[in-house]
Amino acid sequence: MPPVRAPEGAGPPGISARLVEFCEQLRREGVGSGTAELLDAFAVLAQITWTEPQDFREALAATLAKSQEDRRIFELVFERYFFRATEAAAIRENVRESNQTSGDLAELGEYIDFDELRRRIAAAMREGAEGTMRDLARLAIAAFGRQGEGSGVIGVDVQRIRRALGLRSEPQRDLPEDDPRRDGVPRDALRRFEALLRRELERGQIERTEKLPPSRPLNELDRALPSGPLQDLAAVHRVVAQLKRRLKTQGQENRGHSHHAHVDVRRTMRASLQTGGVPAQLRFKPVRPRRPEIYVLCDVSTSVTSASVFFLSVLHALHDSFRKMRSFVFIERISEVTDVFGRERDFRAVSEAIGRDAGVADISGYTDYGRVWSEFRTLVEDELHPRATVIVLGDARTNGRDPRADIFAQVASAAGRTFWLNPEPRLYWNYGDSVIATYERHCQAFECWTTGQLEDFVKALTRPVHAA
Amino acid sequence: MAAAPESVQAVAEGLREVGYLPAQATALVSFLACKLGKPILVEGPAGVGKTELAKALSKVLDRRLVRLQCYEGLDEAKALYEWNYRKQLLRIQAEGRATGWDEVQDDIFSEEFLLSRPLMDAITSEQPIVLLIDEIDKTDQEFEAMLLELLSDFQISIPELGRVEARTHPVVLLTSNNSRELTEALKRRCLYLWLDYPQLEHELAIVRLHVPELQETVTRKLVEIIGMVRDLDLKKPPSIAESIDWARALLLLGAQDIDAAVFRETLSVIVKHRTDLDVVAERVGVKLDPAAGLAARSRA
Repeated sequence: MPPVRAPEGAGPPGISARLVEFCEQLRREGVGSGTAELLDAFAVLAQITWTEPQDFREALAATLAKSQEDRRIFELVFERYFFRATEAAAIRENVRESNQTSGDLAELGEYIDFDELRRRIAAAMREGAEGTMRDLARLAIAAFGRQGEGSGVIGVDVQRIRRALGLRSEPQRDLPEDDPRRDGVPRDALRRFEALLRRELERGQIERTEKLPPSRPLNELDRALPSGPLQDLAAVHRVVAQLKRRLKTQGQENRGHSHHAHVDVRRTMRASLQTGGVPAQLRFKPVRPRRPEIYVLCDVSTSVTSASVFFLSVLHALHDSFRKMRSFVFIERISEVTDVFGRERDFRAVSEAIGRDAGVADISGYTDYGRVWSEFRTLVEDELHPRATVIVLGDARTNGRDPRADIFAQVASAAGRTFWLNPEPRLYWNYGDSVIATYERHCQAFECWTTGQLEDFVKALTRPVHAA
Repeated sequence: MAAAPESVQAVAEGLREVGYLPAQATALVSFLACKLGKPILVEGPAGVGKTELAKALSKVLDRRLVRLQCYEGLDEAKALYEWNYRKQLLRIQAEGRATGWDEVQDDIFSEEFLLSRPLMDAITSEQPIVLLIDEIDKTDQEFEAMLLELLSDFQISIPELGRVEARTHPVVLLTSNNSRELTEALKRRCLYLWLDYPQLEHELAIVRLHVPELQETVTRKLVEIIGMVRDLDLKKPPSIAESIDWARALLLLGAQDIDAAVFRETLSVIVKHRTDLDVVAERVGVKLDPAAGLAARSRA
């Protein structure tokens, strides 16, 4: 890292360097905080008192983390970075918790009534009292630490202590009536308590060894949102935003022009008769609703289960970017889900709604492409025109049924461009019941099972393939 | 308090005085926005007081509130300025043949022929103001891009007139329901504030502030139930506004307690979807005491 000079009035020397480092770490974890944000962070820190930890954190968050996902990562990085920075400073300055206190604690451990400690910890967790929990965590370490040296692996020690305390999130019916653990402790409180234990153990270790453990990037598990596929969602959204721009410059989505209403000369002239031929009242051509431009068909059958979450997120992102699109899901038959996306903004809600009431007639659970094409043609026959784009997301596995490539060819010729995104690696194409080759004659097929390949698709879109 | 606030506490107290109970982060970010003159981007679910924050700030700072409600298809003619075409025409008509074209041309593109819209209004105001750009996520990206000049430099460029700069420094709030990802360029210019549903004690204080007549025990129970309802997976979880409405409804009904019957009857105040109603009645309604409040209510 290049040396950083402290800006005027930014506080004691050192903090600016720390802040730049912190920002660097945020970027490494994928938070897009640029120089402008960093300068803002310095500006806000000049305005607040640093002795309030919460103010300090919130002020930084307001300038550096500008979405909820970023905020989640911010919290994790903040915890990690400033914990390490404090400990590093403590080692450098040779500050340690006075041996007196830790001696006291150890001594105290001898007298602690375990049952009482267990009960009090569980009670604190039910109330969610952070401060009390921290104190009790130290007490617990003191109490259980003496029963034998730590294993050296912090994670193991944490679990050992947790088990010894008998803390579980599921109800424990065999415990007495008044024990707060009887109904199970709240899951998130338990997780927080474990985090506190881990932190105290780490602190102890750092103090003993006088050096910091090696820094490691955030665990993927920590970063992932509790609901799984959402983590990819942001990446998919970025790619689709790119796709939108590309399509737009190709004149496919020329929405900008319709903003300016056009003067209807004929009607303006007629209105001007009232004012003696002076066109004092302008009449505009009414804005006609435009027909949908993009049609997306998405296979949600069992053979693409793992991919359909990805596909649905692509679909979700597309809906965010294009107002003029219609989307369909299919297994054996086709079903339009445009209004589901219109109604639900949240990805989880969307996938649930599609699972629940999209009304895909799913008798066998096997895809019937032939039937899907003929139904799709009936649904959109009148609307397809040379400026429309059809995108199919599916594996082209017909389960031995008639692929009806002839209908697909008709659809493809009616639409301006047709693309096929296949979630299988190219290696498996045309093996078994995959008939992608028959469809590939009428459209462009891409393998697409990562966001990287989605980007390749976007790049391919920009090549002038359909010059005619 | 007309002058710029001196500390975070001053902002928090001011907001409290005008009936808005801010969380610590809210007060802090508001204070920073006043101090640094940066816009605030407020995001969060519907009904957590994003718009209210702007109103309260305008009261605290004793400034006029200029509000621009965004919607799909909003363009600069509606948001910034528009040439008063008819007046320009009349001006040309009224002019004799003596005046040269150049003169008229210069004349009809002067401020006299400009119809100012909210953003222009905000920029040209003599007094410092609070500008609220509500539901920015409803507009197109093009509109967002147009705002960038205004948000970073507080100026508007009109091709015919040149630059119009703000006379005073407005406090700007942008709200978003997060229905679409905003552009990085816009975010970079703003401080970010995420407003979420408040903690139990905080919400209790808010409801008590707005409906002080309701018994404390009832209010507490109400807030607890609202918390339970929010934990369910609903289409539209009840917001703070709905908690307050519910408290008012209970007050009118003279309820002494929230039991299953009262809950069932007033459920529609807090839950606004057919499917949600069933879920809530099923999951929360059964946990309540079945009949205790009936007698109390009939007395009222």
